[in-house]
Order: sequence, then C-alpha cells, then structure tokens
Amino acid sequence: MNEAKGGSRRIRLLVNFLAPFLGLLLVIIVFSLLPQVQDRFLRLGNLKSVATQSVIVALGALGMTFIIISGGIDLSAASNIALSSCVVAFAINAGMAPWFGVLLGVLTGGLIGFINGTLITSLRLVPFIITLGMLGIARGVAKWMAGNQKIDAPITWVNELMARSPRPSWLLMAPGVWMMILLAVATAVVLRTTVFGRHVFAIGSNEATARLCGIRTKLTKVVIYGLAGLFCGLSGVMEFSRLTVGDPTVAVGLELDIIAAVVIGGGSLNGGQGSILGSMIGVFIMAFLRNGCTMMGWPNYIQEIIIGLIIIVAVALDQLRYRRDS
Amino acid sequence: MDESRPPLLRMERISKNFGATRALDEVDFDLRSGEVHALLGENGAGKSTLIKILSGAVKPDGGAIWLEGQRFAPAGPLESRRAGISVIYQELNLAPHLTVEENIMLGREWHGFGFLRRQRMREKVREALGLVHHAEIPLDVPVRQLSVAARQVVEIARALLERTRILVMDEPTSSLTGEDSQRLFGIIRHLKSQGVGIIYISHFLEEVQQVADRSTVLRDGKKAGTGRTDEISLESIIKMMVGGEVKELFPQVAHQAGEDSLESGALKGKHMPAAVTLALRRGEILGVAGLVGSGRTEFLRTLFGLDAVESGRVLVGRGEVLCGGPRQRIRKGIGLLSEDRQGEGLALSRSIADNLTLSYFAPYVRSGFIRNKQQKKAGWEWIAKMKIKATSPGQPVSSLSGGNQQKVALARLLHQNAEVFLLDEPTRGIDIVSKSQIYESMGDLASKGKSILFVSSYFPELLGVCDRIAVFHRGRLVELRPVIEWNEEALLAAATTGRPAAS
Repeated sequence: MNEAKGGSRRIRLLVNFLAPFLGLLLVIIVFSLLPQVQDRFLRLGNLKSVATQSVIVALGALGMTFIIISGGIDLSAASNIALSSCVVAFAINAGMAPWFGVLLGVLTGGLIGFINGTLITSLRLVPFIITLGMLGIARGVAKWMAGNQKIDAPITWVNELMARSPRPSWLLMAPGVWMMILLAVATAVVLRTTVFGRHVFAIGSNEATARLCGIRTKLTKVVIYGLAGLFCGLSGVMEFSRLTVGDPTVAVGLELDIIAAVVIGGGSLNGGQGSILGSMIGVFIMAFLRNGCTMMGWPNYIQEIIIGLIIIVAVALDQLRYRRDS
Repeated sequence: MDESRPPLLRMERISKNFGATRALDEVDFDLRSGEVHALLGENGAGKSTLIKILSGAVKPDGGAIWLEGQRFAPAGPLESRRAGISVIYQELNLAPHLTVEENIMLGREWHGFGFLRRQRMREKVREALGLVHHAEIPLDVPVRQLSVAARQVVEIARALLERTRILVMDEPTSSLTGEDSQRLFGIIRHLKSQGVGIIYISHFLEEVQQVADRSTVLRDGKKAGTGRTDEISLESIIKMMVGGEVKELFPQVAHQAGEDSLESGALKGKHMPAAVTLALRRGEILGVAGLVGSGRTEFLRTLFGLDAVESGRVLVGRGEVLCGGPRQRIRKGIGLLSEDRQGEGLALSRSIADNLTLSYFAPYVRSGFIRNKQQKKAGWEWIAKMKIKATSPGQPVSSLSGGNQQKVALARLLHQNAEVFLLDEPTRGIDIVSKSQIYESMGDLASKGKSILFVSSYFPELLGVCDRIAVFHRGRLVELRPVIEWNEEALLAAATTGRPAAS
C-alpha cells in the first residue's frame, strides 16, 4: 500500500516534470505537420534563428524567475533592457572600449534592479507599484540620454554576439545563445542547490516565516532584484548587438512576454513556485509560436491571440495540478 | 527537582507599556529545567507580550531576566534563539511550498561556499524527527500536503534542532484532535526528561492540568496567581483568570426540543459525508463529535450547499432544499459559521457593520444605494446585544480579538434570521469569557425554538452544552445518543474506532 503510494507519487512527479515539455512538443509537432511550413520549420537554420530570437526574452526571464518565485514582479524589465542597450551604444559611440561599454550596460541594468529592490524593501511598497514607476523612469532616462533618437555606434565585435552565422563557425550558434544556455544552467544550479536559492523559495512561500527563521529577507530581496537587473542589462547588450544601434523605444511591452514565459513555465504569481527549466520552456513555446506563425504568413494579430490563449490555458492547467496536489 | 540551583529562567518585575495601556505590570515568572509551566490568562492578559519579551521581539520597559543565574537582555530574536529559547507560535509558521526538510533547516542551512549540503542536512533532519518520535514523516513532501498535526510536529522538530533549553508553545493543541494532542503530550514528556523547560500557553484548562507541573495566571497585565497544578482546582484557575466575570463556564438556559426542523436523508457528498441520516429538532443543540477528517465539517458544508451533494436529501421546515448553493440555503433559514474564521468566515479588513449585514443586506438598500445610517444603527444594536467589545460598528473586524470576531460571525447568522444554525468549531482559539458567552447565546437560541448543530473537537464543551451528541467517523454517523449517555471516554472510543459504544 505504502509502496504503491510512493510509486504513484513518483509518476505524478514525473508528469509534473514533463508537463511543460509536452506544451513545447505540441507546438513543435503542430507546425511540423502543417504542410505549408513542415519542410522548413525543423531545419537547422530555422532552429538557430528561433534560438537567437529567444535570447533577449530568455535572459530577462532568468532574472524574472527569481523575482516571481520570491513573490514579486518586475514591470520595469523591458525599460531596463532599452536603457542598458542605449548605455552600451552611448559608451561605444563615445570612443570607449567595447568591453567597457558592455560592462557599463550590464551594470546599468544591475543598478536599476538594485534601486528597485532597495525601494521595495525600504518604502515597503508592493513590487508592482515600484517597478511600474521604474518602467516609466528607466524608459524616460533612456530617451533623454539618446536625445529622443537612435544612438549610432561603430560596428565592433559586440555586434557579433547575436550573429546568426557566428565566427568562428565551429561555434554553430551565436555567442549570445551559448551565453543564454550557460547562464540558464548556472541559475538553475543556484536556485536548486544554494542557500540563497532556498531562501528565494522561502520568501515567496511565506515571508513572515522566512523572517522568523532568521533569513535576512530585505537583503535577499535586494539581491534578487539586483541580480534580475544584471540579467536585464545583459539582455540590453544583446538588444544593442542585434540592432547595432541604441534605440530607446525598443522592447516596449516586452516585460509582459518575459512574465508570460515564467508563468507558462509554472511560476506562480503568488510566489513559492517556479523553475528555470520551466521558464526557458515558456520562452521557447512563445518563440516557436511566433516563428511558426510568421512562416505561415499569418498576420501578427493571430500570433497575439494564440499566445494570449496559451498563457491562460497553461496557467489553468498548472492550477489544476496544484489543486490536485494539495 | 533540585531547588538549590538557580532556575533555568527567572523573569523579575517585568513591565511593558504600549502607549497608554499597561500590557505588563511587574510580572514575575520562573521556569526550572525539566518542568512544564503553564501560562494562562484571557486574550489581552499579557501572555504574548511576556513571551515576546523573552524571545527578544519586544524590549521590556522595566524588570530583568536571568538565564541560569546570568543576566539576559536579548537585543533581538536571533540572540534569544542562540541562547536556546525557541517559540512555536499559534499560527503555524511554515513555508507551505517548501518540503519538510527545507522547512526544518530554514534559516540555518548547512553549506559549503553557499552550496547546500543536502545529504548531511537530511541526516540531521531525520535525527530531529526521530527525537520527537515521528521518523515516519517524509522529508521530500511539500508541507502544504501534510496534516495539521504533522505540520506541528515539523515545527517542533525545527525548534529542537538547536540546543533548546526553553521551549515556548503557544496554543499548540488548538488545531489538533484529541488523539494528536495525546501524542503531543508524549513528546512533551520526552522533552522534559531531556531537561528542557517548557512554557505552555493554552485555553484548554483540562489539558493544562494534565500536562503542566505549575501554572501561572495573568489578568490585565498583572500576575493573578501561581501554583502547583495538582494543588489548584480548575474553578480557582478560572476565577483567577476572569476575576469573577464568569460564574459558570457552561451557563444553562432551559430549552425544550420540538418537532424536526432539519432533516438529512442519506446525505452523501462527493467524498464525504457517506449517507448520513439525521434529524435536528427545534429548540435543540445537537453536538457533532469526531476526529479531524471524520467528515464533520464536510457534513455541515454539504448541508449548507458549499460542497456538492452527490445523493440524498436535505429537508428544512419549509420544504426540500437540494439545488443551489448557500444563497438558497440562507433563504430557507439555514446559517453556517465557518471553522476558518479568518480565512472564510469574515472579511477581516471590512467593518463590523459590513460583516454583520453581508448575508442579509436588503434592509439597508433603497433603490440600489446603501443606507449607511441604518446599517450603522443595526451595527450598534448587535454590538450591544452580543456584548462585542468594540468602539464602533465602523471598526474593521481585524482589530477585534478572536472571541469578539467570533461574536460578529455568530451575530451575522442571527441577523439573517436563521432558524437552523450550523456552527463549525465556534469556540476555537477564543478566550473563556467569549466562550461562555457563545455557549449562553446557543442556549438562548434553543430556548427560542431555533436548532443548532454544533461541531467541536473539544469533548468537554460538547458534553457541557449539547442535548444530544452524534459521533462521526470517516464520513459516517457512528452513533447518536442523548448527552447523558455519553462521557469523554465513550466519545473518544466511538470517534477513534468508528464502532458504537457497547451499552
């Protein structure tokens, strides 16, 4: 009896683990069966471009996963990406070394995140309000710095980070894609095997308990938002690399894609739940959908409707699972 | 006990003011190792303030603390914990998504360079669970999937992880069944034999007599008395607690049972209850006893239409009700008081008046607009009628004590003109004065010909106020008898075995 129970639990755990994969698989299978695109959809070239297109959202989603697991939200992610990309362009345009420009861009993102975290913990306002404010502030600063136009910058190696055919060619995929994979693995390890990761879950699950158990909840939150900011900064670098200019009006509304990816991947907006793997699958579900719809020649609004439906269905299924669990 | 050694803990002339109110007034308290010392008193008597001072959460305005003869003035909770003082709070403090292992180690994870040492932590956690004789609790299950009793064990294990010298338990049995409470007392005895000093806070006085060596009673921030538990009677403890406010714990109001008012005919829910047939009469208080998971709550919820009816029927005086939810039931004169006062029973952030009138708003509405004045007037009336301690009907319910919150919840059923009262654990976690007042209200209602179905985990109160008692076991009605044919042992036997008591 007990053994059978353990067995069924193991099966349930397996189902829970596989569920997000099934969604991704479903999207891929549907498109590879559609006669109009099936010959092109699964080609290596197309897969590469889907991977490259995912990098910007994926980097944002890595940080957002930490924030959402801790019970927070970051609405300023996309503005932060735009600001960071402008900083990179500005620095390189001003004659600084490209590596220094990249560093400045990443640190700008980190600074915005740090400010978010500090304001949330010191003013004791909900993250929604603080980051809603920051959404406007960061976007405004980016436009101000860019003089309300695009910032041109000379072509450097930075622009190859997102090149579809990388040099050297043995890299196979753009350096940005490798970076995304590497960072995803690293953040998953941090989330699962470090004290910090466990505290992130604890804060999202029950903040009062976490405080009671001596966890420095404020400091942990500042670190979480700072870390997420760094990821936005890096995402901004990739945005600059892709566009070759600094555009303060880029990525408007992208924060919702980032949040959607985390939520599709099993992150709960009430905190305490989520995983890096899930979030990455969420990113790829959306990327494959966009890519497939474009190949089909479907208009943009069809994509938007489908992605909207996917978000609702994914979260509804997740809720169902959660309820059965408890 | 060795009296010559300095006591484990001595608190002397502890005082604390919150604004103008004197929460503690020169209170003395001491604890020896291997002793259970009960701390008793009404809500607001100063128990929690005293504990907060000991745990470093609150700084005293006056007085001194000694730990084994050494001055102790904790700067914060962390320092207190390092000194070996652990507190288990009334609301369980666990992170629901985290596993048993993660919860027990929370805040003191073992690590190397920030990376968790899972294997070694698991051994430690197993050891801690073994210490409280619950090694069978699985380590990798999220805590939200455990029973309340198991969660409590997890919390105790967490408290014992460090070298605990003093363990404070705040209402540890308030959400446990009799059986689980007994198991908890076993754990307490074990801890005593290890030399841990235990401060035990509880509203259940019988239980205190069973488990505590000494008792100290606080009233209005002052020490009302202290003594060996086996030397002071229950009555004198109650007298000390309330200072003459309660004459009897179970005030008797004469009432006479009449014809059937609510009939449950082979009522079956999705999961529970399983075909329960039972008839409640007018002017009757019918008790429902059973362990947690016996289907008592589900029975009430199914009667009230909150849980789906699978088969069977529900009859009230005015005809059959089967379809529809709570809205239809309320119209037929049924009222339910939820066992989860804060989560379901009341809208905590809303005012007393709003909570009172929520289920029967009609008198206060004219062409779609709310007539605030009338609503407020009704609020004043009920505050007076129910003896609710509040300053105004506009006051949010969250600012009331548990007992007064419960009176608001009960007043709502009265306000909606219910004929049949389904009361699920109406006295859970509330003070004695409020309890006694709620018992009295129940008697009053019965004397006016209303019917009351009274679910409780606490057998003495069922025996004290009910006319008949039904025992549930795994969704079934085991037995229904007049109260004079029951006693605590018989109730426990029927509730645990599911077999009717031999008569």
